[in-house]
Amino acid sequence: MDLVETSSAGRDAATLPRPFLKWFAEKGWAPRAHQLELLARAQGGENMLLIAPTGAGKTLAGFLPSLTDLTNRGKITPGSAFTGIHTLYISPLKALAVDIERNLMKPVSEMGLPVTIENRTGDTPQAKRQRQKLTPPDILLTTPEQVALLLANKEAERFFKDLKYVVLDELHSLVASKRGHLLSLGLARIRRHAPQMQTIGLSATVADPMDLQRWLVPQGEDTSPPAGLVHVQGGAAPDITILDTDKRIPWSGHVSTYAIPEVYEEIKRHKTTLIFVNTRFQAELLFQELWTINEDNLPIALHHGSLDAGQRRRVEAAMAANKLRAVVATSTLDLGLDWGDVDLVVHVGAPKGASRLAQRIGRSNHRMDEPSKAILVPANRFEVMECQAALDANYLGAQDTPPVGEGALDVLAQHILGMACAKPFDPLELYEEITSASPYAELSWEMFERAVDFVATGGYALRSYERYAKIRKTQEGRWRVSNPQVAQQYRLNLGTIVEATELNVRLVKRNAKGTLGRGGLSLGKVEEYFLEQLVQGDTFLFAGKVLRFEGIRENECLVSNAFSMDPKIPAYAGGKFPLTTYLADQVRGMLADPKRWQALPDQVREWLEIQQDRSMLPSKDELLIETFPRGKRFFMIAYCFEGRLAHQTLGMLLTRRLERLGARPLGFVATDYSLAVWALNDIGGMLDGGRISLTDLFDEDILGDDLEAWLDESYMLKRTFRNCAVISGLIERRHPGKEKTGRQVTVSTDLIYDVLRSHEPDHILLEATRRDAATGLLDIGRLGDMLARIKGHITHRDLNHVSPLAVPIMLEIGRESVPGEAQDAVLQEAAEELIAEALS
Amino acid sequence: MPFAPWKDRRLMHRLGLAARTAALTGREAGSEEAVVHGVAAVCDPLGALYLPDAGALVVSDLHLEKGAAFARRGMMLPPYDTIATLNILAAVIARYDPRTVISLGDNFHDRKGSAHLPDDLRALVGAMGRGRDWIWINGNHDPDGTTDLPGTSVDELLYGGLVFRHEPSLTFGKGEVAGHLHPSATVRRREKYVRRPCFATDGLRLLMPAFGVLAGGLDLNHKAMHGLFDRQALVAHLLGRDRIYSVRYANLLG
Repeated sequence: MDLVETSSAGRDAATLPRPFLKWFAEKGWAPRAHQLELLARAQGGENMLLIAPTGAGKTLAGFLPSLTDLTNRGKITPGSAFTGIHTLYISPLKALAVDIERNLMKPVSEMGLPVTIENRTGDTPQAKRQRQKLTPPDILLTTPEQVALLLANKEAERFFKDLKYVVLDELHSLVASKRGHLLSLGLARIRRHAPQMQTIGLSATVADPMDLQRWLVPQGEDTSPPAGLVHVQGGAAPDITILDTDKRIPWSGHVSTYAIPEVYEEIKRHKTTLIFVNTRFQAELLFQELWTINEDNLPIALHHGSLDAGQRRRVEAAMAANKLRAVVATSTLDLGLDWGDVDLVVHVGAPKGASRLAQRIGRSNHRMDEPSKAILVPANRFEVMECQAALDANYLGAQDTPPVGEGALDVLAQHILGMACAKPFDPLELYEEITSASPYAELSWEMFERAVDFVATGGYALRSYERYAKIRKTQEGRWRVSNPQVAQQYRLNLGTIVEATELNVRLVKRNAKGTLGRGGLSLGKVEEYFLEQLVQGDTFLFAGKVLRFEGIRENECLVSNAFSMDPKIPAYAGGKFPLTTYLADQVRGMLADPKRWQALPDQVREWLEIQQDRSMLPSKDELLIETFPRGKRFFMIAYCFEGRLAHQTLGMLLTRRLERLGARPLGFVATDYSLAVWALNDIGGMLDGGRISLTDLFDEDILGDDLEAWLDESYMLKRTFRNCAVISGLIERRHPGKEKTGRQVTVSTDLIYDVLRSHEPDHILLEATRRDAATGLLDIGRLGDMLARIKGHITHRDLNHVSPLAVPIMLEIGRESVPGEAQDAVLQEAAEELIAEALS
Repeated sequence: MPFAPWKDRRLMHRLGLAARTAALTGREAGSEEAVVHGVAAVCDPLGALYLPDAGALVVSDLHLEKGAAFARRGMMLPPYDTIATLNILAAVIARYDPRTVISLGDNFHDRKGSAHLPDDLRALVGAMGRGRDWIWINGNHDPDGTTDLPGTSVDELLYGGLVFRHEPSLTFGKGEVAGHLHPSATVRRREKYVRRPCFATDGLRLLMPAFGVLAGGLDLNHKAMHGLFDRQALVAHLLGRDRIYSVRYANLLG
């Protein structure tokens, strides 16, 4: 199936117009085989998917069919009838749309092609958008949200009727999210306006290309054949190493400060280095630490989502102009921006997923025939194994991109309202159109009707809102919006990204009288939900400092310096992405197989060997449970390797169950690798004495009643509900700066959730929330898979003291990694005692 | 992250509590006594205040038809808030069988609420009001009074040695019972936080918790509360799962 560079399938059929041949010749280049193949097959009428590594000329390949077609068509003469857009390019990032315009204009103007190219994003001025509707460009570069907006417009049909190609960039990153669901519905509508339209998907390597090939074509009764695939294998194998260090690799934590001098040396040795981290917190810290040792004053910059847009654009521009030696970045830079001459990628912290690693490494070296160079810097010992596993995976070409998944119901509701805004819809026609989008292919008619009912009046069994309906059925049986305000409301609420409400954190001082001063340094933003659990005087870690919470004034959170080393309330500062199932599997396999330990650094190997000696290492499908006393507490550690989210859920449920069984649990902490529960009573003794049965404790029925009971109280489910409520249009999105003044004007979604649960537990929005939770914040699906897998394979070791494998999670208890010299020394001491105990 | 289940199932608890305890009175029902400007008062865990000498039951900020008020503006919030609030109100009326019911303003969430109240719910209020006086104090959400409901609407009421108004007065606080601010308080013990609506009184004035199920809360520390109480004497009577917990303001955080 895979067609590599050398394949000649269909190549002869490709016809490049003269200006193209001339341009290639002048540059001394030749069109690549995959570019010609894609062109030929697209010209033959196929929908296409191109999978290629970075640097393979993917963008040009994607646009060749449009550019040749437009060249053959020639310029539209002034005065001719209205012509809609010819090609729609959709990218997940605004910046990418802008970047592509620049990259595409170059060859287009050098060849002198009669093609107009414009972009349209949230930043495009109103006047320009208006003009684009009247005289559309040939090629429009835009984002999924803008497509939804254009489609909800009354002029949509006219605007899209001439469309020939839709080019979807970075398709792999779009399809698995709610944005992808919205986009798939948009494509289904575009096909109605322009049946001749063909899709061209551009993607990095994915686990299952067929998912994407199907996504690109309509489903249903007259299902088209899946999109054709052109698969360009990676060029030279990447040169990836794990940082070789003399320093001691920490037992726990996420910040890798031990490796800063070595990373700095690597920056000096290379032209341009991209340093990827997993969170903003890590980015800030690493950036700061690099500058403290930056004796040569190398231009090193920072790029993450909390920085203001202007600053980010400046960094991007400096990067493109090769003016920087290094950039510390989070996932904001994951996607295919063109980054000048990057010759090294450093990945700090474990990549959490093999595909993500491959993607990020692809940033280095844009010429695909030369190997990309990357160095992995694990932050702790488990991450060493994770890095090694990811590294094996990259060589093996294994992939763990998430599956496309079932279309979300809140997105469906949003889309239905949008379609009513465009023009009155016939429910049967719309249902057929929606189920032609692959994420919604299995949507039942009954669920569709419920969604329409929800959009109209909230979909409640108690039908008291008929007179306030947002959409109404006309006599011809079509649904139309009740009034123009509904359409306006739709436009303001459109989109699937719900930003958590964030407050600015400002550092203030107390004056002599003890009152809080004005002004002070702004430290960044923190999510409102975190602040809700704080009271004045609590200390927490933020922006690398231990801070004392003073209160909230208007839209700001006021803090003062805490002069304490031990934050009372830990803020989660670890990897935001949970470990993927695939990589977890690899790490378990590595633990179980001493032969594979040879690839690990000595200190990590020795650690595992001592564990083998003191306790045991579980086999690949076994769950190891250790219990031991420490201080006045009794600990139970479960080595599940299912990622932090699933562990958190399991922790909530286990503590409930242990409480009922009389173990008196006090708390738990979850990492990507394991779960620790501590209690006042001797859990180990209770297990050995048969008072608690492990089989019962980890039985799958824990996902039944216990889960239901916990969900009643879980604020996590309430947060999920809030997102669904916003996306589905139940409540209005908050717009920064436009917040209504005054108290209690908005309504708490927590209270709405309570009312709904108590009176209509089967409501469509609660259904949507449960579906989200199963894969999202609670990862219930994954937990269920694990419980099934370990059934009958649980081994318990009752130990006298903490085991080596338990040390990392024990160090997480009661604190988060506190950076900085003095604090590290304190932590070091605390850690040392624990480690000595484990090895004694 | 260590677990901190600081959010509660307020509505579920209140509905359950209302059903379970309608037949109980006084301490059995989990209530707590307080004195406001020399007048004895009983704080009930369902969120109402009973004045035994006057035989009056006080509730505040019912915000009836809040869901419908949002629906009128295109946000289809669940239409069940009114019935949930009225069920709790019926339970607390059954408990005290008061001569007079005083609803302290923001009885409806908007001006249209009382005119558009569905008939079955209107009948429910009618049944509750039978054989007793009902005083609707006007609030900022519903300044025009009620339509077609038992009782009378007034802006302010002097009764049984106390003054009842919706918004607390900054100048005449003595003997005042008011609502409007939806007071709630946060208690911390060890590492756990619990935030609940509360009655707040310093012995001179009393602020009522919001009774409506879709009404949020405002912390006693909020600047809107400044200057209303003598904080030395201030006590928060928090609405617990099945009883009132009385905590001095100074001891809230342990």
